[in-house]
Amino acid sequence: MAVATSMFAVAACGGGGSSSGRVTLNWFIFNEPSGGVQAAAKKCSAASDGQYTIKFQYLPSQADSQREQLVRRLGAKDSSLDLLGLDVVWTGEFANAGWIEPVPADLQDATKSDFPSVLNTAKFENKLYAVPIWSNTQLLWYRKDRVPTAPKTWDEMLQMASKLGPAKGQIQVQANKYEGLVVWANAMIASAGTSILAGPEKIALDEAKTEKALALMGRLGRSPEHAPNIDTSTEDTARLGFESGSSAFMINYPFVYPSAKSNAPAVFKQIAAAKFPQVDPGRPSKPPLGGINIAVSAYSHHQAAAFAAVKCLIQPANQLNIAKLGGLPPVDASVYDQPALNKDVYPGFADLIKQSIQDAAPRPSESPAYQDLSLAIQEALHPVTSIDPNNPKAAYSKLKDKVQQAVDRKGLL
Amino acid sequence: MSSTAATDVVPGTAPSGKGKLTEKTRAERKLGLMLCAPAVVMMLLVTAYPIVYAIILSLQKKDLRFPAEGGFVGLSNYITVLGSSLWWQSVFNTAFITVISVAIELVIGMAVALIMHRAIFGRGLVRTSVLIPYGIVTVVAAFAWFYAFDPGSGFVNHLPLIADNKAWFGGRFSSFAVIIMAEVWKTTPFMALLLLAGLATIDESLYEAARVDGASAWQRFTRITLPLLKPALLVALLFRTLDAFRVFDSIFIMTKGAQNTESVSIVGYQQLLSRLNLGLGSAVSVLIFLIVLLIAFAFVKGFGTTVPKGGGQED
Repeated sequence: MAVATSMFAVAACGGGGSSSGRVTLNWFIFNEPSGGVQAAAKKCSAASDGQYTIKFQYLPSQADSQREQLVRRLGAKDSSLDLLGLDVVWTGEFANAGWIEPVPADLQDATKSDFPSVLNTAKFENKLYAVPIWSNTQLLWYRKDRVPTAPKTWDEMLQMASKLGPAKGQIQVQANKYEGLVVWANAMIASAGTSILAGPEKIALDEAKTEKALALMGRLGRSPEHAPNIDTSTEDTARLGFESGSSAFMINYPFVYPSAKSNAPAVFKQIAAAKFPQVDPGRPSKPPLGGINIAVSAYSHHQAAAFAAVKCLIQPANQLNIAKLGGLPPVDASVYDQPALNKDVYPGFADLIKQSIQDAAPRPSESPAYQDLSLAIQEALHPVTSIDPNNPKAAYSKLKDKVQQAVDRKGLL
Repeated sequence: MSSTAATDVVPGTAPSGKGKLTEKTRAERKLGLMLCAPAVVMMLLVTAYPIVYAIILSLQKKDLRFPAEGGFVGLSNYITVLGSSLWWQSVFNTAFITVISVAIELVIGMAVALIMHRAIFGRGLVRTSVLIPYGIVTVVAAFAWFYAFDPGSGFVNHLPLIADNKAWFGGRFSSFAVIIMAEVWKTTPFMALLLLAGLATIDESLYEAARVDGASAWQRFTRITLPLLKPALLVALLFRTLDAFRVFDSIFIMTKGAQNTESVSIVGYQQLLSRLNLGLGSAVSVLIFLIVLLIAFAFVKGFGTTVPKGGGQED
């Protein structure tokens, strides 16, 4: 914080905060409730030497609806958008459509200590089109009073759960027909050692490995230990289910930790975190990767000011503050060396989050038709209760067909 | 105008033949057309542009995400849509929801309308309270139904005779059941209101005469109420069928099309707003438009003219 303040002080020396020439930058992003983003925007506006003021234009809370609002405006070449808060999977689509500006060279230096996994999500055809501001990853949350140690593999977790029974051993995941299911499926397939795409228009999906991943999803779908609402479960229903006490395990983002602290203190005392479970014993898991990148709209009249604002917003001090207030993981690997992160923000599990982001497998967003892929994967795998764990071949061929259809952009989805 | 028509042609007497119109009727018809004309011209101006634009888009390859591609592709978008099993599945789903929900609404709506019509005391209160569901925004109602039936937060699974962990949106049949219930709950008041308006136009003396002649309640209902209610019934059924065919909000909130519950509107939405494939999405929209036209045409033809004919029943 002190570092940030002194830097702003230096920047502010240049001249008085004259209001002439000051532009308003509209930042379209969802309303992150902790106030960390707003604080960063306020500081940057104040330190901009009268160059710009950042104004928030809030998008809906669900990622699908955020994207819809943005693409509708961008499709109409709306010049009132300056800064865009993009989900990590939208870069390819937005860049291909010509909606966002490539990032200038001086700003690329500012991202050099970012995790490579995170930085890749901001690239399209090897060119940087957005700048990461925060990341996100999923951990395995478990009850240390119910199991002695965290399960290392899905198989182990399913066995532990069945020993505890459906009243105490439920496993919470996200399997509604939405992006969350794609996040889970992608992490499972990547953890099995393969991937969905091997290039923007080439399917990978190794058969044996994919079937192994799908069989485990189907096993959870058929076991009595899944949450009763598994087919409509989201991040939030999983959190609520875990807080109600019936679950021993949950795959979810770190926001569940502060949530349990205020909503379910008894459960909170027993929460522990571990890495996303392995699909193959011994093969390190590839956890999901989320987060937000900032891009500058191609239709903005204030692009230079917007990039200046981006440069200020992503400073490590702001990243740390956003993590402190909202629990959102920094993208700059060096921030993890700050003791405050391991002490206050992620007590005892900052390294776990760092490791998880480093190992994370991004979703196949290198394809500009990512939305088609996402719909296709949802179509193929929902409901997970329909995947036969003993014969995942049917689910595999359905997935492969649908993904092929999405890559070819043929037919309805 | 309809009231003059109703008093002109007294049911039970021979109606004037369709072929020969009197001077007076012809003049009235002309006046009617002239009165309608400004509204029709206005409607055409407002609606024709988007419709024509959608038709043009549907003949093109146009995807906002791939601005470099494009061009006229003829009917290929339509061939894609009509060759897709997802489209036919959604047509079936929509038809299923429409037929079942409108049938239930008609029966309940008629009962509610009769009660509202005959209510002796608290008339205003009864009518207002019945209308409440219709006053609620569909999305809000859909959320209410979703949360009520959710095994985590809902109260439905705590009701007697229902399994505690029943996952309503985990199966196709139960998903449809909840969606249809929500639709029925939401729009039965509309049906009832239209039928009530029809009931109010029926002359009480007809019932008195029938009673004097010894007609039973059932006979009075089938011989007087139903035939005279035909114009109101046509309007109510047509409006509700078209409305039900556009079903979107309830499905979008409750299943998002999961468990094969997509309606045609959901399919159109996915192509247009999720995939930004304007060509394919417009083809879907134009096909929905054609189906809606077909339904309206079939209804108006099937029900015949709106002027009631004595004793004629052709349901």
